[in-house]
Amino acid sequence: MAVEADLAPADTAAPRPRRRWRLPSAGVPWFSGLILLLLVVCAIGGDALTPWNPAALDLRANFQPPVWAEGGSWAHPLGTDNLGRDILSRIVAGARVSLVVSLWAIVLSGGIGSLAGMVAGYFGGWADVLIMRLVDIQMSIPPLALALILAAVLEPGLETVVIVIVVTYWTWYARIVRGEILSLKERDYVALAKVAGVGSATIFHRHLAPNILNTMLVLATLQIGQVIIFEASLSFLGLGIQSPAISWGLMLADARAYLTNAWWAITMPGVAIMLVCLSSNLFGDWLRDVLDPRRKQL
Amino acid sequence: MLLEARHLVKRFDVGGGLFRRAGQVHAVEDVSFGIEPGRTFALVGESGCGKTTVAKLMLLLERPTAGEVVYRGRAVSGLSGGALTEFRSEVQAVFQDPYSSLNPRLRVGRIVSEPLLVHNRMSGAEARKRVDEALEVVGLPRAAAKLYPHEFSGGQRQRIAIARALALRPKALVLDEPTSALDVSIRAQILNLLSDIQEEFGLAYLIIAHDLALVEHFSHETGVMYLGALVEWGPTQTVFDRPRHPYTQALLASAPHPDPDHPPPGDVIRGEIGSALSPPAGCRFHPRCPHAFAPCDRAEPATTDTGQGAWARCHLLDAGAPAPVRRGEPARAGAAGRPA
Repeated sequence: MAVEADLAPADTAAPRPRRRWRLPSAGVPWFSGLILLLLVVCAIGGDALTPWNPAALDLRANFQPPVWAEGGSWAHPLGTDNLGRDILSRIVAGARVSLVVSLWAIVLSGGIGSLAGMVAGYFGGWADVLIMRLVDIQMSIPPLALALILAAVLEPGLETVVIVIVVTYWTWYARIVRGEILSLKERDYVALAKVAGVGSATIFHRHLAPNILNTMLVLATLQIGQVIIFEASLSFLGLGIQSPAISWGLMLADARAYLTNAWWAITMPGVAIMLVCLSSNLFGDWLRDVLDPRRKQL
Repeated sequence: MLLEARHLVKRFDVGGGLFRRAGQVHAVEDVSFGIEPGRTFALVGESGCGKTTVAKLMLLLERPTAGEVVYRGRAVSGLSGGALTEFRSEVQAVFQDPYSSLNPRLRVGRIVSEPLLVHNRMSGAEARKRVDEALEVVGLPRAAAKLYPHEFSGGQRQRIAIARALALRPKALVLDEPTSALDVSIRAQILNLLSDIQEEFGLAYLIIAHDLALVEHFSHETGVMYLGALVEWGPTQTVFDRPRHPYTQALLASAPHPDPDHPPPGDVIRGEIGSALSPPAGCRFHPRCPHAFAPCDRAEPATTDTGQGAWARCHLLDAGAPAPVRRGEPARAGAAGRPA
């Protein structure tokens, strides 16, 4: 804008001065940011933050409804489950599994998938054929069937969940990053870098990698939601996190039998999953806008 | 000669599909020319005639199937890596689309200094000074270095691209349609800028263009390409004033004339440009040529000296060829043929 102003006649005086650093129209995502912050705090704080011991049984106090429902009390704000365990405490304690699984899954599947996609897209030829056929094979295997096999071979647990998710999701990154690289490497600025004698490695990290960052960020934030649901599904099926460890998916599975008489026991962890997924998607959108230099001064 | 093309040939393999045979695209067939320091050689022709492939070959972005790119008397097209250092630091390029040629994530200063930092071990301050100089040459303020490309207009972006090309103080520039993505009013500015730069630094230019008016005023020598091959080449004035090849004549005649009383260009060139997958036998232009006669669909025409330093490849120039049939207005006959 500054240069435009220097060179162009100043005949278009804006009625209102424009702010130089206007944030994207959605503004700072306070809601989703807060939810994600809460998730992180819960994951780090864990048991120290919970009003009750999340694993403590109290059969006399089972099926207590949440505080706003008839018969609820502040002692258990979100009610208790069939064994009288405090649901709020269990949701707080389950945040750690959700966060740990998502972070590992994203770092590993994003790292492996993006690298594979970049190599396939940039070098093409047999590397491309090899990697993309591997992706095709991987995508033809249903994730749940794979989880069953892996759970039979390995021990069900957090590591297995991460492995299943990484094996399933690296293909996302590989395919999308390959496509991006295919289009980016034909840009004139890449050709000009070659004309100037810039080496392949530098072209990679200076011209290609930064330009796929947005895509990867969007994928990663979308994946947080997917991973949390996937972890919950695996745990729900008994292939993932095992009792007495606490995960939101496991809470859903435990509460399923009592859906008719204690709706809150299955709804509360479900709402937690939904809020985190929604927040990660919204937050990712915002982050992408902020990191794009083209959006800064629109 | 500073930069030469010697019998360049480029063919691309295309894979066969379900209903198509695999084949070869004959993008460039036996193209030769040379450029002296301080001179401009222009390649003109329809879209799809292989101009841009020639530019890529000259920049060593593509490897020729046959023939050579020669720089300062040394064949460079087979070299790679460190052996190319001299070439890479002395031959730079400006491309058509200033939106695609600047990385949106780098600041202008970084874009302009990129070639500098590849070749010269210089300090940050020194590089900044060179960037300032380059920006000054193209008429942009120093402050531009701190901004991102999206903060500039198309013409300004093209100036940035030129500044980047100049930063290394090259000896030759390949200009691939440098103005065709710009507004008409900006075009003249950019062309004048390029002329001034050539005069000041004695650069050799290879310009790829389809705008004939631009070529006529901007280049010293011109080559006309049709379907991958040069059909006529020589000093620009000779080629424009006395076009000998029917394709050149048709190309010139189809350009709109600034004189409103001038008869409008007829459909001098009929039909579509031939397929590069299976170029016509003999002379490549013969299916569209109004003067085609016996040998045209069989024998490839020889290169004929048409005088005043110009050359053409056409059977009409063979000894004993029939006088061309005149259909419509020949190229650039000017006022002579105007109806009274």
